[in-house]
Amino acid sequence: MAAEFWVVVEHWRNQVSEITYEALALGREVADQLGVPLRAVLLGHNVKEMAQSLGKADSLIYVDHPLLSEVVPETDAEALVQLVKERKPRGVIVPLTNVSLGVGTLLAARLRLPVANFCKDLKVVDGKVHAKSVLYGGKMESMVTADAEPAIFGLWPGARKAESGRIDQSPPVEEVAVSLREPPIRLQRYIEPEAGDVDISQQEVLVAVGRGIQGRENLELAETLAKDLGGAVCGSRPVIDQGWMPLSRQVGKSGLTVKPKLYLAMGISGAPEHTEGMKDSALIVAVNTDPHAPIFNIAHYGIVADVLEVLPALNEAIASKKGVDRHAA
Amino acid sequence: MNILVALRMVPDVVEELEVAPDKKWLDLEFVRMVLSESDDHALEEALLIKERQGGKVTVLALDAPELDDALFAALAKGADRAMKITGAEKGVMTREAAHILARVISNEPGLLPADLILSGTQAYDDLDGLVAPLLADELGLPFLGIVTNLQADLSVGKARAVKEYPGGVRGEFEVALPAVFGIQAAEKPPRYVPVAKVRAVMKSQKIESVPAPAMEEVGLSMIQVLEMMKPQVSGHAVMLEGPPQQVSNGLCGILAERGLL
Amino acid sequence: MGGVGLAEELNTSSACTEITFENLLQHPKGREILTCIQCGLCAGTCPHGDVMAYPPRRIIGMLRAGLLEQVFKSDSLLACVACYACMAKCPRNIQLTEVLLPLVKEQVFLRLPELPAELHKALENTLRYGNPTAESPRKRAAWAKTAGVPIRILAEDPRPVDVLWFVECQNSYHPRGQDISRATARLFHALGVDFAILGNEEKCAGECARLLGETGLFDTLMDYNMAVFSKYQFKRIVTSGAHAYDAFKYQYPDGFKYTLEHATPFLSKHMDSLKPRLTRKLEYGVTYHDSCCLGRHNGFYEEPRMLLRAIPGVKLLEMPHNRINAICCGGGGGGMWLDTYYKSKGYERLSERRVKEAVSTGADVIATSCPYEITRFEDALKVLGFDKKMVVKDVTELLSEAMEG
Repeated sequence: MAAEFWVVVEHWRNQVSEITYEALALGREVADQLGVPLRAVLLGHNVKEMAQSLGKADSLIYVDHPLLSEVVPETDAEALVQLVKERKPRGVIVPLTNVSLGVGTLLAARLRLPVANFCKDLKVVDGKVHAKSVLYGGKMESMVTADAEPAIFGLWPGARKAESGRIDQSPPVEEVAVSLREPPIRLQRYIEPEAGDVDISQQEVLVAVGRGIQGRENLELAETLAKDLGGAVCGSRPVIDQGWMPLSRQVGKSGLTVKPKLYLAMGISGAPEHTEGMKDSALIVAVNTDPHAPIFNIAHYGIVADVLEVLPALNEAIASKKGVDRHAA
Repeated sequence: MNILVALRMVPDVVEELEVAPDKKWLDLEFVRMVLSESDDHALEEALLIKERQGGKVTVLALDAPELDDALFAALAKGADRAMKITGAEKGVMTREAAHILARVISNEPGLLPADLILSGTQAYDDLDGLVAPLLADELGLPFLGIVTNLQADLSVGKARAVKEYPGGVRGEFEVALPAVFGIQAAEKPPRYVPVAKVRAVMKSQKIESVPAPAMEEVGLSMIQVLEMMKPQVSGHAVMLEGPPQQVSNGLCGILAERGLL
Repeated sequence: MGGVGLAEELNTSSACTEITFENLLQHPKGREILTCIQCGLCAGTCPHGDVMAYPPRRIIGMLRAGLLEQVFKSDSLLACVACYACMAKCPRNIQLTEVLLPLVKEQVFLRLPELPAELHKALENTLRYGNPTAESPRKRAAWAKTAGVPIRILAEDPRPVDVLWFVECQNSYHPRGQDISRATARLFHALGVDFAILGNEEKCAGECARLLGETGLFDTLMDYNMAVFSKYQFKRIVTSGAHAYDAFKYQYPDGFKYTLEHATPFLSKHMDSLKPRLTRKLEYGVTYHDSCCLGRHNGFYEEPRMLLRAIPGVKLLEMPHNRINAICCGGGGGGMWLDTYYKSKGYERLSERRVKEAVSTGADVIATSCPYEITRFEDALKVLGFDKKMVVKDVTELLSEAMEG
């Protein structure tokens, strides 16, 4: 058993994902607490230069293979299977994002290893890694351990600040070969979101609507607010799923990450899949009828009320502050 | 076209969740169970495919409180066969549940060969694994998750699956069938089924009961829960109180102070 | 006392719920439908008449022509808010809203390819949680904790009681509904009424589900409620819900043998002990909105007005469309959850139409007696910009306000 701790590097469309740096920051702490080296594992094709920012790791295991140019869960998992089988690290952090979902579970299944999902934190207690996993959409947390090693940790975004995991320095690179078969799955093409729409990631003010908006009809309330504040409307996944807004307006795991000066979360519960896309906003104000909605844990200001009552009142208040007469014919 | 849909009941978070006295799991006394949301989407996607191309949809799930309602609703929506797996140990987590599902799928007559095996991409209690990749691994089938659109062409033995990526980007994949898909969202929101139809189905159709296979290996999960607790919030919002007009004025004041108004 | 409601006039009974299209002609109330003279008064009086593709007149015409399937495939009947206006005007006294429309709407419902999202959620929630918002059944009686007077919950104290007070969903969960409940509790307490509530055991009565066409949901709720009622001993059921009143009175089976009253007429019976307690003067001009269920359907026009006149300082101002002619707020028959759908079709909100009429009376307050009305009118006042001119208060809220100490 190699006494080392691993972090799988996630990259997509030629960019190392933010979560990789978060994972490296966390992995660094765990490796230090365990007293073992931290290794980053980079699977890809012609991406060696990505090593440049991965210096938080003590070394980089780099696997270059054409079949790894896009993430296909079973192919990436197969590469990891071979590496893990060979080296048997103490543990492996695998990001849990749209890009990498499934890789961790397949790796664990193939080697009959434990996997703990939804990890928000890891720490070492008496030489063993303890994971804090978030369950039930953020309503509960559990402290868990694995019965065997290597243990796979499916990491959720936000465990650490990305800045603490990123360093302008390449670790020593070790190139390793794996043998991969052509998978029965092939990425044909990417479909970009509708062009010509607002780029919400560039907005300073966002009015985000969730299920609480109840219907496409009520969007105009949010649009009025956004207009008066000089921003744009965006939404959580349920609103986009219903077709009330285009995909380009989606914030969260399957949408965009935004960091506006003001994020107004209207009728959004604050499940992790959404908050990961906006938690770094400078000022977060949330309105929700549920006083226990997880959104209030990350919001700076909260209002327990029905969005459909607050929006008109807020529009009115802003209008009078700005001297706008909305009822003028 | 033979489609299998694996469903799971999960705790309903509309109810206030409490920790059990032993602090290791939920207090199950007041917990109500509900069909995992993305499993509902998986069922809807299966039904849409059946409506477009014909075929048979079988739903299966491990027995749980309120499961029968969900299975009858599935039948009323258009599923052809509903199977309940009984006798599994209580409190089994996802990893073991997926193993039981895989064994039943392999051994029960009429389930395999299947063209598509669907499940929700992820449930919020999938602590020790995700159902779709676990099924895929055990059944030796390809897997793709976070799928929002699925078109199967049996004549060439392939499916076109659209997967969601960050930033509203989607990826179109070609997948050899049979395969396992983790559905994120169906092409349309899950349909409503009139209660009268469900009640009629309760009288005219049966849920098949299949005993869970004896577990030849124990401790599949390999994850131990030391403690479960409500989130310790490092911070909490400053709450503005009062009727809508009052909080709105208050909020305007705050925004003005910060130069946002 | 007071006016005669349509139900009494037309001898409505729960037998109405046993009529189907198959047995239509065997049932006298069913045969009545075919006495239609195609005068069109129903279409003319329907508040959504301008957008209703199949008002009762056309439905009956299609029935006669054997073309009902066309009606069933149209979604136009989602615009029916079950306000009884058509039934009130029918010169043949056909029980349109009670017999014909639910039959047709049930068939429409079964054929709808997709339900409007808001309605879909409301129905799913009602089946699952016993209320249309996704609120925990365990929180249904939470409002009682801040009522300021003791409120007995039968599950905790099952001794026999005089009044089983059926509070109803909106009055239990919605903040404005909770205001009504607290006011009502205060009044009951002051009047020495021996009452108890079902608390968390209470579930939706199902009236809107039935009139919308979701008869399966109604049946499920009815079965449940009948079972709960049979657990306890009480002399009568008093409900704050006008729609619940109708459900129990006309839709629940003949096995529902309990004495039933709605809170407003119930309170008016206590006028002798109530009036001396109304000591605070309220200098309000009040216009009373007759709720469809309580008013047109059941004839309780004068009771709420009597109560309002008993409040010192209150001046009653009538809207042009009052009593049998009142214009529905748009919440019945599922309308409560179809706002976004109606708006998407470009319909004018009925509540806005009614509020404009209320404002024209110069009154300060719209008084209501059905919980749907409060939120609908408050919303309309805001949207139209009249919320500084007028407020909405339930009759019980006004009574409670006038009752000092």
